[in-house]
Amino acid sequence: MLTIKDLFVKVEDKEILKGVNLQVNRGEVHAIMGPNGSGKSTLANVIAGKDGYEVTGGEVIYEGKDLLDMSPEERAREGVFLAFQYPVEIPGVSNASFLKTALNEIRKHKGLEELDALNFLKYMREKMKLIGVDEAMINRSINQGFSGGEKKRNEIFQLQILQPKLAVLDETDSGLDIDALKIVSAGVNLFRNKDNAVVVVTHYQRLLNYIVPDFVHVLVDGKIVKSGGKSLALELEEKGYEWITDNESAEVNA
Amino acid sequence: MEKTQTKDWYLSNFKKVEESLNGESRTPFHEIRKRAISIFEELDFPTAKNEEWRYTNIAPILNYNFTPANEKLSKNDIERFLIPGINVNLAVLINGSYSAGLSNIQNLPGGVKIESFHNLLKNEPDFILSYFAKYAALENGFVALNTAFAVDGIVIYVPDNTALENHIHILNIAGNSGNVLSQPRNLIIAGNNSKVKIIESYHSINGNVNLTNVVNEVVVGEGSTVELSRLQDENQVSFHINRTQAEQKKGSIFTHYSITLGGNIIRNDTNTVLNDENCTGNLYGLYLTENSQHVDNHTLIDHAKPHCQSNELYKGVLNDKSRGVFNGKVFVRKDAQKTNAYQSNKAILLTNEATVDTKPQLEIYADDVKCSHGAAIGQLDDEAVFYLRSRGISEEMARTVLIRAFANDIFETIENEALHNFLNNLVIAKLK
Repeated sequence: MLTIKDLFVKVEDKEILKGVNLQVNRGEVHAIMGPNGSGKSTLANVIAGKDGYEVTGGEVIYEGKDLLDMSPEERAREGVFLAFQYPVEIPGVSNASFLKTALNEIRKHKGLEELDALNFLKYMREKMKLIGVDEAMINRSINQGFSGGEKKRNEIFQLQILQPKLAVLDETDSGLDIDALKIVSAGVNLFRNKDNAVVVVTHYQRLLNYIVPDFVHVLVDGKIVKSGGKSLALELEEKGYEWITDNESAEVNA
Repeated sequence: MEKTQTKDWYLSNFKKVEESLNGESRTPFHEIRKRAISIFEELDFPTAKNEEWRYTNIAPILNYNFTPANEKLSKNDIERFLIPGINVNLAVLINGSYSAGLSNIQNLPGGVKIESFHNLLKNEPDFILSYFAKYAALENGFVALNTAFAVDGIVIYVPDNTALENHIHILNIAGNSGNVLSQPRNLIIAGNNSKVKIIESYHSINGNVNLTNVVNEVVVGEGSTVELSRLQDENQVSFHINRTQAEQKKGSIFTHYSITLGGNIIRNDTNTVLNDENCTGNLYGLYLTENSQHVDNHTLIDHAKPHCQSNELYKGVLNDKSRGVFNGKVFVRKDAQKTNAYQSNKAILLTNEATVDTKPQLEIYADDVKCSHGAAIGQLDDEAVFYLRSRGISEEMARTVLIRAFANDIFETIENEALHNFLNNLVIAKLK
């Protein structure tokens, strides 16, 4: 589904990603772990198409297409979804009308009929039950005045509404207490199926207790330095990132 | 054309008007006009040297010899300017002159007047004289010019204890083959404990350069509620100068909306005097500009007496190389203890060439008051645009959604759904 080949990315003339390779197939959950500043969020933002990131080398192929050539909205319509680390507050735009517009843009792109207000409401109500989102949250402006937990829950609610093929979760666990973490994780687990894929970007192993990955990659200084199964996350938790970085520099020195 | 020549043009036109008056030239009404023309002669048109006009250069207006003109329009011509889904009493002014044929005023409660200024001056000159030029001071050339040439407009009078359920729509349409000068003079008199809602809209019938120079005098009686919504939606080459002066009596509520979409140079002076206790003055404004449009909103909220409150919120969205000016004066006089005054003005600049000059001006002479003001000028939030795009919404739509959301809190205070939707749709159309 997603193939990242030798990806180099600069932010304001500073090289952040220095040759990332990643293969994500449908039905898989990948975790990308790494210390602060290793380039995890850069990778997530580049996949979503955010401005301010200059790709200086490599390619990102999504479903056979050049992802980097698409606008953010095209990526979304093709099924790419980023759950933001810091969801943006947008006063004056209600959650419900925003989601209806977004869903219908995606449906139009797929050649499906747009949902009218009534059918959208029905569809939304199902998803609300699933994620534990209440009526008040739906009618409020997007993320405005939401607690950290509510914002993250809203991201997962959007994930459920839009049903993308590839979901990238950027530090979805940050700022969540254990209850919120469980709700958010449950939402992601309900989303997972054999046809879609999830990339979880996280600093801590904690989230991976709830969203169990098939693969774990360790990103250090702009490169994936180690990949493995879910046990790698536990190992990292135990030994810390120094374990990897020390190993890596040892390899380089050797 | 030289400026002095422009002045002479209006002065000589005044002479022509005077000559045609015959017997009327010695009436008290004409005495006021004569005083106004001499003040105009003295003041001339304002220049950038005048602090109140520092950011608005009206020189382009002086390049034309604007002339009053008659124009006959049909019901079909004006149809597109009507507000759908709302019952109104319709008063139509074509080039500033009342059109009885196109107006539609029905079933008024006893004593209510919605009439042509011109007709009422003929039939009840004393009525006109008791309000005309009593509130709008002749402090600049435009007000003086309007007063000197005051011929027609709409007079609205609502007696004590009378509430008008339907809106009154004063529909102004300008245009014929030349450069038309429209100078409506409107009087709005709300009696004690009365209620009236007025929409005043301005449109062009063609693409000619016209000048509208309008003065509204509004008396908001004790315990009364007056809502005045002004919509400026003329073509983008025409000029519009407005002075609205309200006088509020005890416990009254005056709510004013200023919505500016069209026009080339637009200058609004919206003033209210809270002249007794427990008054509320609400001034709301929204302007959407593009190309080289220039919109200048000057407001003055004069807290003359204690225990009053005012709310002021102006918002602008500026595209291309358009310019906006906001000058919001709030006076809190020595007597006006326990005043609550809130002012906010915000603008979004969509391009690097668009500019806004903003000047909140609070002068507070009382010591037990709550006053706040804020100004925020910025760009559309890139993070918010990206957030919407990342969910499949096009960049263009994302920007439109955000601009509408920005503008929305001006509209959400408008209670009438049809009017709310009408204005909202105009905004959406302009954003496209």
